[in-house]
Amino acid sequence: MILPALFFYLFAAVCVASAVMVIVSKNPVHSVLYLILAFVNASGLFVLMGAEFLAMILIVVYVGAVAVLFLFVIMMLDVDFTELREGFLQYMPIGLVIGGIFLFELLLTVSYWVINPSTPKAITAAIPTNVTNTEALGLVLYTKYIHYFQLSGMILLVAMIGAIVLTLRHKASVKRQDINVQNARTPEMAMAVRKVAVGQGLQDTDAAEWVK
Amino acid sequence: MIENLGPQLWVVLPELLLALGAMALLMLGAFRGQGTTGIVTGLAVALLIVVGIVVLRQQGGQAFGGSFIADSYARFLKILAIIGSAATLIMSAEFLSKPDRRIFEYAILVLLSTLGMLVLISAGDLITLYLGLELMSLALYVVAASHRDNVKSTEAGLKYFVLGALSSGMLLYGASLIYGFTGTVSFAGIAAATKTGSVGVIFGLVFLFAGMCFKVSAVPFHMWTPDVYEGAPTPVTAFFASAPKVAAIAVFARVALTAFPGITFQWQQIIVFVSIASMALGSFAAIGQTNIKRLMAYSSIGHMGFALVGLAAGTVEGAQGVLTYIAIYVAMTLGSFAVIMAIKRNGQSFEKISDFAGLSRTNPLLAFFFAMLLFSLAGVPPLAGFFAKWYVFVAAIKGGLFTLSVIGVLTSVVGAYYYLLIVKTMYFDEPLPTVDPVRIELRTVLAISGIFNILFFAYPGPLVSAAAAAAKSLF
Repeated sequence: MILPALFFYLFAAVCVASAVMVIVSKNPVHSVLYLILAFVNASGLFVLMGAEFLAMILIVVYVGAVAVLFLFVIMMLDVDFTELREGFLQYMPIGLVIGGIFLFELLLTVSYWVINPSTPKAITAAIPTNVTNTEALGLVLYTKYIHYFQLSGMILLVAMIGAIVLTLRHKASVKRQDINVQNARTPEMAMAVRKVAVGQGLQDTDAAEWVK
Repeated sequence: MIENLGPQLWVVLPELLLALGAMALLMLGAFRGQGTTGIVTGLAVALLIVVGIVVLRQQGGQAFGGSFIADSYARFLKILAIIGSAATLIMSAEFLSKPDRRIFEYAILVLLSTLGMLVLISAGDLITLYLGLELMSLALYVVAASHRDNVKSTEAGLKYFVLGALSSGMLLYGASLIYGFTGTVSFAGIAAATKTGSVGVIFGLVFLFAGMCFKVSAVPFHMWTPDVYEGAPTPVTAFFASAPKVAAIAVFARVALTAFPGITFQWQQIIVFVSIASMALGSFAAIGQTNIKRLMAYSSIGHMGFALVGLAAGTVEGAQGVLTYIAIYVAMTLGSFAVIMAIKRNGQSFEKISDFAGLSRTNPLLAFFFAMLLFSLAGVPPLAGFFAKWYVFVAAIKGGLFTLSVIGVLTSVVGAYYYLLIVKTMYFDEPLPTVDPVRIELRTVLAISGIFNILFFAYPGPLVSAAAAAAKSLF
């Protein structure tokens, strides 16, 4: 029983530490990398809780898609973060005051908080023990909730059509790759052998033809 | 626990057909290129007609554990939404024939949006409601910006998208609160759990209603409407003003009446406020408008206020009033937009009210029909618009909402002013050059809507009894 506890503290500590690093690191790329670390550790925590489906989804969706997208955006946008930090000290006192008020309110609320002992039972359905949770989700997702699933698919289709309709433009000036044309190209079309007279070189007219 | 799938598929047959048809047309367009725009649009209209017939012939019933309800209420409104979508697609033919706007995806998006509407109308729980709403709205955001080289159209799409996302967020927040306090998402389950209202549920209800008020463009969630109506291409505006309004009002009434019958008194206050505010703003803010599309936007805000009067009553009669109102509203709106699209001189369309000057002398038939539609929108007897208002106000008075009814009638008098102003411009101002010959599809839509509007008083039976049967299935 000591092993799960050990892993829990390991994952939790790394998760919290990397979450802090997301905020404090100066380089935004490092921030995103720490964010990925935080996600991976959070998914480790999910595995410890027996929610292996959630853990995998967290890795696939957040690490695989969202974080990589973040990385993309940060690298593509040239944001000057030192400029954003200007005036940090100037605004810090008022920020601290507001933060302090929020903390005070939070403590006030939480200290009066009593959870009804019957609540956890009321909000969760009976958890079946004989199936893994991926299986359990699969059992209802494609049967009982098939129409939700299909409707979500239609929504994604609309999103895809919308993105294409609103952004795709066929410009004549843009060069496009056409694999058939490339494959059909023969050495005769691509090369020309010329006799170059001594002291004259290639004439301009020849060069123009060559470019064609 | 898991029911047999076969019989349930019959219940969702119209939606299934529409989804498969839309995807097939998408493939056709994607592989054959933008040259197929005309064919795809034509086939889309045909598909909508087929789906409409299937809806009409459907047995009805529930599917997927009650999360999808096909009752006669759903049937009535689905037919209406399909008519709205099909008519606007037909009217878009000219808009889509211009070389720079040849996008076959327009028809596909309208089809998918209609699919969202059908799902929304049949929603039996909060998840289906949300999915239907998103499917409908997402397609609407794209068609609003479909004329993407036009700054106003892009602005309309962006505005609509940002505010729509905000309203979806509010709706979801409300839905999650309701789920948290009742432990279920199905409307029947929520009704059983809210025999008496708790603060949490009412809190959730307010957010849910805020999200839906946005979709029906009721005050105070109306701000997007004038800008989006003005900026979007005119056929798209006609679409926005008809079919999505039907679906949004449908789900609004269904949620209020089937999920929260135990706390009618609480939500009644919200609806009364929203409806008074919408009627007032719709009447007063429209007065200063010079752009006909902006005017129609304020007019639609006002009309949604009138429709909500019926909902505020919270009775079978009230629901019947809402259904009758929305049906007549769709007819009047489609006709009016057909006229607005017909005002073209040398292929150039005009949107100012002053561009209608002297229309009665250059094109008397067009002017006559438009005048009749405007009288009807103002609620002048014996036109259809009068009866629409009549049914909702009778329901409100029977429900004891006297203040609401009096304010409603007063605001409709104010509203009559700006409708009559257009009639005055058409009949008494110096005529402008004659308009281009009106296209056949616009003439057809205008004739059908105009004749329905003028002759409704002679034979109101079918619509009213269908609305009554539909309203009864909610209770």
